[in-house]
Amino acid sequence: MGLGAYVAVSAALFALGLVAILARRNVIYILMGIEMILNAANINFVAFNRFGTMQLDGQMFAIFTIILAAAEAAVALAIVLNVFNLFDSVKPSEADLLRE
Amino acid sequence: MDARQVALQRLFYGALGVLSLAALGVGLAMAGASGLAFALFAVMTLGGGLMCVWERSVVRSAFCLMATFTGIAGFFVLLEADFLAMAQILIYVGGILALLLFAVMLTPPDLGERRLSRVFAALVLVGGATLWLGIEVARTARWAVHGAPLDGRAEGVSSAERIGVGFLAVDQYVVAFELAAVVLTVALVAAVYIARRRKADLEPEKGDAV
Repeated sequence: MGLGAYVAVSAALFALGLVAILARRNVIYILMGIEMILNAANINFVAFNRFGTMQLDGQMFAIFTIILAAAEAAVALAIVLNVFNLFDSVKPSEADLLRE
Repeated sequence: MDARQVALQRLFYGALGVLSLAALGVGLAMAGASGLAFALFAVMTLGGGLMCVWERSVVRSAFCLMATFTGIAGFFVLLEADFLAMAQILIYVGGILALLLFAVMLTPPDLGERRLSRVFAALVLVGGATLWLGIEVARTARWAVHGAPLDGRAEGVSSAERIGVGFLAVDQYVVAFELAAVVLTVALVAAVYIARRRKADLEPEKGDAV
């Protein structure tokens, strides 16, 4: 399969992640959507690395993305737990302390 | 679950199954075995993502993400990035998914949260925009693509070894590598600090009595 197929799958996964963020009213779905979007970017990095003229740069970028995604997931879990303790809810629309 | 929801669920999974079989058939017809493998991983990735968006229960959505992450690991194998495929399974399926499940288990379930109108509206909006963008890119972009496998690569050296050398060689990624290590340490310590329970949380009775 050529580069176009990988880019198409990556674009579809990006769209699904965006739908998960936009359509669901739950903080955990936002986390899942972010993971899907980061994974879509990773597919692109590795596909361009495989089909392009780079040596190994795409795979390196993908590894750094994975590292930062792991750090992000840990911090996001802590924040979700704190938001739930504070507001007794995981709906993003109910966390409105800064809005007032 | 009332009858309408059961019917909707059956309709969704029936359509998903038919679409998956069609994708597998198209892949097999277009490029033989490699096309079939690509179609299988695409079905796993996108089907998992679609089920994650569709399912009412957060637990099911989290487990559907497992199919997505595993399918992406398959893509990495197809793209000759075996080290990344392994790291994907270890970190995403083993680590991040477990973290997500922790978050799911520590928060209350909310089965009435999914609004199908919102899901469909977002699907149409985002899907349409992505489709339009994809068509525009496919029409105008010209990739500088090498088609042949392994061209310009050192034969016989595994990608894991070359990635390790890339991490530690002074003229390549050693600064970014050290920076990533610092970021990871700081982020994990900060996560523990944010998530820890305060002393006041641990002794509620005493606080109530006073």
